[in-house]
Amino acid sequence: MGDPMKIRARMKGDVAEVRVLMGHPMETGLRKGGDGKMIPAHFIKEIRAELNGKVVFEAAISQAISRNPLFAFKVKGAKAGDKISITWVDNKGDKRTDSVTVSG
Amino acid sequence: MDNTRRRVLKGASAAGAVFAVYATGALRPSDALAVTWNKSAFDAKSTIDALKALNMASATDSKDIVIRAPDIAENGAVVPIDITSNIPGTQSISIFVEKNPFPYVGTFDTTKGAEPYVHVRLKVGTSSPIRVVVAANGKFYQAVKDVKVTIGGCGG
Repeated sequence: MGDPMKIRARMKGDVAEVRVLMGHPMETGLRKGGDGKMIPAHFIKEIRAELNGKVVFEAAISQAISRNPLFAFKVKGAKAGDKISITWVDNKGDKRTDSVTVSG
Repeated sequence: MDNTRRRVLKGASAAGAVFAVYATGALRPSDALAVTWNKSAFDAKSTIDALKALNMASATDSKDIVIRAPDIAENGAVVPIDITSNIPGTQSISIFVEKNPFPYVGTFDTTKGAEPYVHVRLKVGTSSPIRVVVAANGKFYQAVKDVKVTIGGCGG
Protein backbone atom coordinates (compact mmCIF):
# COMPACT_ATOMS: atom_id res chain seq x y z
CA MET A 1 0.00 0.00 0.00
CA GLY A 2 1.00 3.63 -0.15
CA ASP A 3 3.52 5.44 -2.25
CA PRO A 4 6.91 3.94 -3.09
CA MET A 5 9.55 4.72 -0.50
CA LYS A 6 12.18 7.19 -1.54
CA ILE A 7 15.48 5.54 -0.72
CA ARG A 8 18.94 6.95 -1.20
CA ALA A 9 22.01 4.82 -0.46
CA ARG A 10 25.43 6.32 -0.99
CA MET A 11 28.90 5.08 -0.11
CA LYS A 12 30.95 7.17 2.27
CA GLY A 13 34.24 5.36 2.79
CA ASP A 14 33.31 1.72 3.43
CA VAL A 15 29.90 2.54 4.87
CA ALA A 16 26.66 2.96 2.92
CA GLU A 17 24.66 5.89 4.24
CA VAL A 18 20.99 5.11 3.69
CA ARG A 19 18.16 7.58 3.92
CA VAL A 20 14.54 6.50 3.43
CA LEU A 21 11.30 8.45 3.29
CA MET A 22 8.22 6.28 3.77
CA GLY A 23 4.67 7.30 2.92
CA HIS A 24 2.42 6.45 5.86
CA PRO A 25 -0.10 8.42 7.95
CA MET A 26 1.34 7.15 11.30
CA GLU A 27 -2.06 7.86 12.84
CA THR A 28 -1.84 7.78 16.63
CA GLY A 29 -5.42 6.81 17.35
CA LEU A 30 -5.64 9.86 19.63
CA ARG A 31 -7.01 12.30 17.06
CA LYS A 32 -10.60 13.19 16.23
CA GLY A 33 -11.65 13.47 12.61
CA GLY A 34 -13.93 16.12 11.15
CA ASP A 35 -16.94 13.96 12.07
CA GLY A 36 -16.00 14.04 15.76
CA LYS A 37 -15.04 10.35 15.80
CA MET A 38 -11.58 9.14 16.82
CA ILE A 39 -9.42 8.23 13.85
CA PRO A 40 -8.18 4.66 14.42
CA ALA A 41 -4.49 4.06 15.00
CA HIS A 42 -2.71 3.20 11.74
CA PHE A 43 1.06 3.15 11.90
CA ILE A 44 4.19 1.31 10.87
CA LYS A 45 5.35 -1.06 13.61
CA GLU A 46 8.32 -2.86 12.11
CA ILE A 47 11.06 -1.95 9.73
CA ARG A 48 13.74 -4.13 8.23
CA ALA A 49 16.60 -3.29 5.89
CA GLU A 50 18.51 -5.87 3.88
CA LEU A 51 21.83 -5.67 2.08
CA ASN A 52 21.91 -8.11 -0.84
CA GLY A 53 19.13 -10.13 0.81
CA LYS A 54 20.68 -10.27 4.28
CA VAL A 55 19.08 -8.34 7.14
CA VAL A 56 21.36 -5.56 8.45
CA PHE A 57 19.03 -3.25 10.37
CA GLU A 58 15.70 -3.72 12.15
CA ALA A 59 13.40 -1.56 14.20
CA ALA A 60 10.25 -1.85 16.30
CA ILE A 61 8.52 1.52 16.45
CA SER A 62 5.32 3.23 17.59
CA GLN A 63 2.88 5.81 16.29
CA ALA A 64 5.05 8.47 17.95
CA ILE A 65 7.26 8.43 14.88
CA SER A 66 6.25 11.34 12.61
CA ARG A 67 3.90 11.01 9.69
CA ASN A 68 5.74 9.99 6.50
CA PRO A 69 8.63 8.56 8.48
CA LEU A 70 12.11 9.60 7.52
CA PHE A 71 14.93 7.40 8.73
CA ALA A 72 18.65 7.32 8.15
CA PHE A 73 21.04 4.56 9.11
CA LYS A 74 24.48 3.34 8.02
CA VAL A 75 25.51 -0.08 6.80
CA LYS A 76 29.03 -1.46 7.17
CA GLY A 77 30.53 -3.70 4.52
CA ALA A 78 28.46 -2.38 1.65
CA LYS A 79 29.83 -1.36 -1.73
CA ALA A 80 28.56 0.48 -4.79
CA GLY A 81 26.25 -1.74 -6.82
CA ASP A 82 24.91 -3.60 -3.78
CA LYS A 83 21.15 -3.79 -3.28
CA ILE A 84 19.44 -2.25 -0.27
CA SER A 85 15.84 -3.36 0.35
CA ILE A 86 13.66 -1.81 2.99
CA THR A 87 10.43 -3.35 4.28
CA TRP A 88 7.84 -1.92 6.60
CA VAL A 89 4.88 -3.67 8.27
CA ASP A 90 2.05 -1.72 9.87
CA ASN A 91 -0.48 -2.46 12.62
CA LYS A 92 -3.04 -3.57 10.03
CA GLY A 93 -0.63 -6.15 8.65
CA ASP A 94 -0.01 -4.18 5.45
CA LYS A 95 3.56 -4.29 4.26
CA ARG A 96 5.70 -2.74 1.60
CA THR A 97 9.20 -3.38 0.27
CA ASP A 98 11.22 -1.06 -1.93
CA SER A 99 14.80 -1.44 -3.13
CA VAL A 100 17.61 0.68 -4.44
CA THR A 101 21.16 0.17 -5.67
CA VAL A 102 23.94 1.64 -3.59
CA SER A 103 25.65 4.41 -5.48
CA GLY A 104 29.33 5.17 -5.21
CA MET B 1 -25.97 -22.49 9.28
CA ASP B 2 -24.30 -24.30 12.15
CA ASN B 3 -21.52 -25.64 9.91
CA THR B 4 -20.75 -22.19 8.49
CA ARG B 5 -20.72 -20.64 11.96
CA ARG B 6 -18.47 -23.36 13.28
CA ARG B 7 -16.08 -22.98 10.34
CA VAL B 8 -15.90 -19.20 10.67
CA LEU B 9 -15.34 -19.38 14.43
CA LYS B 10 -12.68 -22.08 14.03
CA GLY B 11 -10.88 -20.02 11.40
CA ALA B 12 -11.07 -16.84 13.47
CA SER B 13 -9.78 -18.46 16.64
CA ALA B 14 -7.00 -20.26 14.78
CA ALA B 15 -5.87 -16.99 13.22
CA GLY B 16 -6.16 -15.32 16.61
CA ALA B 17 -4.11 -18.05 18.23
CA VAL B 18 -1.39 -17.78 15.60
CA PHE B 19 -1.32 -14.02 15.98
CA ALA B 20 -1.12 -14.28 19.78
CA VAL B 21 1.79 -16.70 19.59
CA TYR B 22 3.55 -14.51 17.00
CA ALA B 23 3.08 -11.45 19.17
CA THR B 24 4.81 -13.13 22.10
CA GLY B 25 7.77 -13.93 19.89
CA ALA B 26 7.47 -17.68 20.48
CA LEU B 27 6.57 -18.36 16.86
CA ARG B 28 9.16 -17.01 14.49
CA PRO B 29 8.27 -17.14 10.82
CA SER B 30 11.08 -16.33 8.43
CA ASP B 31 10.30 -12.64 8.35
CA ALA B 32 10.01 -12.14 12.14
CA LEU B 33 12.22 -9.46 13.63
CA ALA B 34 15.18 -9.93 15.93
CA VAL B 35 13.88 -6.97 17.91
CA THR B 36 10.54 -7.67 19.61
CA TRP B 37 7.59 -5.29 19.38
CA ASN B 38 7.14 -5.02 23.13
CA LYS B 39 3.49 -4.15 23.71
CA SER B 40 3.89 -3.59 27.47
CA ALA B 41 6.64 -1.09 26.83
CA PHE B 42 4.70 0.71 24.09
CA ASP B 43 1.60 0.88 26.34
CA ALA B 44 3.54 2.21 29.34
CA LYS B 45 2.52 5.71 30.42
CA SER B 46 5.79 6.56 32.11
CA THR B 47 9.40 6.20 31.04
CA ILE B 48 10.25 4.12 34.12
CA ASP B 49 7.44 1.65 33.38
CA ALA B 50 8.58 1.38 29.76
CA LEU B 51 12.18 0.80 30.88
CA LYS B 52 11.04 -1.91 33.29
CA ALA B 53 9.04 -3.62 30.54
CA LEU B 54 12.18 -3.60 28.39
CA ASN B 55 14.46 -4.71 31.25
CA MET B 56 16.42 -1.50 30.73
CA ALA B 57 15.83 0.11 34.15
CA SER B 58 19.48 -0.46 35.15
CA ALA B 59 20.78 2.00 32.52
CA THR B 60 23.63 4.23 33.72
CA ASP B 61 24.51 7.66 32.35
CA SER B 62 27.00 7.71 29.51
CA LYS B 63 28.80 10.54 27.76
CA ASP B 64 29.43 8.28 24.77
CA ILE B 65 25.90 8.62 23.42
CA VAL B 66 25.69 11.64 21.13
CA ILE B 67 22.19 13.07 20.65
CA ARG B 68 21.63 15.87 18.19
CA ALA B 69 18.17 17.40 18.30
CA PRO B 70 16.92 20.98 18.20
CA ASP B 71 16.96 22.88 21.49
CA ILE B 72 13.68 24.43 20.37
CA ALA B 73 11.42 22.62 17.88
CA GLU B 74 8.84 24.80 16.19
CA ASN B 75 6.76 21.86 15.06
CA GLY B 76 6.37 19.13 17.65
CA ALA B 77 4.90 16.81 15.02
CA VAL B 78 8.25 16.48 13.29
CA VAL B 79 11.28 16.69 15.56
CA PRO B 80 14.48 15.35 13.97
CA ILE B 81 16.83 13.46 16.22
CA ASP B 82 20.22 12.12 15.31
CA ILE B 83 21.83 9.52 17.59
CA THR B 84 25.31 8.03 17.55
CA SER B 85 26.54 5.57 20.14
CA ASN B 86 30.29 5.44 20.63
CA ILE B 87 29.97 2.67 23.20
CA PRO B 88 31.82 -0.44 21.99
CA GLY B 89 29.58 -3.44 21.42
CA THR B 90 26.43 -1.38 20.86
CA GLN B 91 23.52 -3.69 20.11
CA SER B 92 20.51 -1.36 20.03
CA ILE B 93 19.30 2.19 20.46
CA SER B 94 15.96 2.92 22.17
CA ILE B 95 14.18 6.25 22.40
CA PHE B 96 11.77 7.67 25.01
CA VAL B 97 9.99 11.04 24.82
CA GLU B 98 9.41 11.40 28.53
CA LYS B 99 6.43 13.77 28.51
CA ASN B 100 4.53 12.01 25.70
CA PRO B 101 1.39 10.09 26.75
CA PHE B 102 3.28 6.92 25.81
CA PRO B 103 7.00 7.70 26.18
CA TYR B 104 8.53 4.65 24.45
CA VAL B 105 8.98 5.38 20.75
CA GLY B 106 10.97 2.38 19.60
CA THR B 107 14.15 0.35 19.43
CA PHE B 108 16.64 0.17 16.58
CA ASP B 109 18.66 -3.03 16.40
CA THR B 110 22.18 -2.60 15.05
CA THR B 111 23.61 -6.05 15.70
CA LYS B 112 23.57 -7.29 12.12
CA GLY B 113 25.81 -4.87 10.23
CA ALA B 114 24.32 -1.44 10.77
CA GLU B 115 26.45 1.18 12.47
CA PRO B 116 25.36 2.29 15.97
CA TYR B 117 23.61 5.29 14.48
CA VAL B 118 20.07 6.31 13.64
CA HIS B 119 18.27 9.43 12.50
CA VAL B 120 14.50 9.59 13.02
CA ARG B 121 11.71 12.14 13.23
CA LEU B 122 9.55 12.06 16.36
CA LYS B 123 6.28 13.50 17.57
CA VAL B 124 6.93 15.44 20.76
CA GLY B 125 3.67 16.48 22.41
CA THR B 126 5.08 19.08 24.76
CA SER B 127 8.53 20.29 25.81
CA SER B 128 10.23 17.17 27.07
CA PRO B 129 13.44 15.39 27.86
CA ILE B 130 14.24 12.82 25.21
CA ARG B 131 16.01 9.82 26.69
CA VAL B 132 18.14 7.48 24.62
CA VAL B 133 19.05 4.07 26.02
CA VAL B 134 21.77 2.03 24.38
CA ALA B 135 22.19 -1.70 24.93
CA ALA B 136 25.85 -2.69 24.62
CA ASN B 137 27.40 -6.01 25.63
CA GLY B 138 24.28 -6.86 27.60
CA LYS B 139 24.40 -3.67 29.70
CA PHE B 140 22.39 -0.47 29.35
CA TYR B 141 23.52 3.13 29.09
CA GLN B 142 21.56 6.34 28.73
CA ALA B 143 21.74 10.00 27.81
CA VAL B 144 19.10 12.72 27.77
CA LYS B 145 18.48 15.77 25.57
CA ASP B 146 15.85 18.37 26.45
CA VAL B 147 13.72 19.59 23.56
CA LYS B 148 11.43 22.59 23.91
CA VAL B 149 8.39 22.58 21.66
CA THR B 150 6.49 25.69 20.66
CA ILE B 151 3.59 23.83 18.97
CA GLY B 152 2.86 20.39 20.42
CA GLY B 153 3.09 17.36 18.17
CA CYS B 154 0.33 14.97 19.05
CA GLY B 155 -2.07 16.60 16.62
CA GLY B 156 -4.94 16.85 19.04
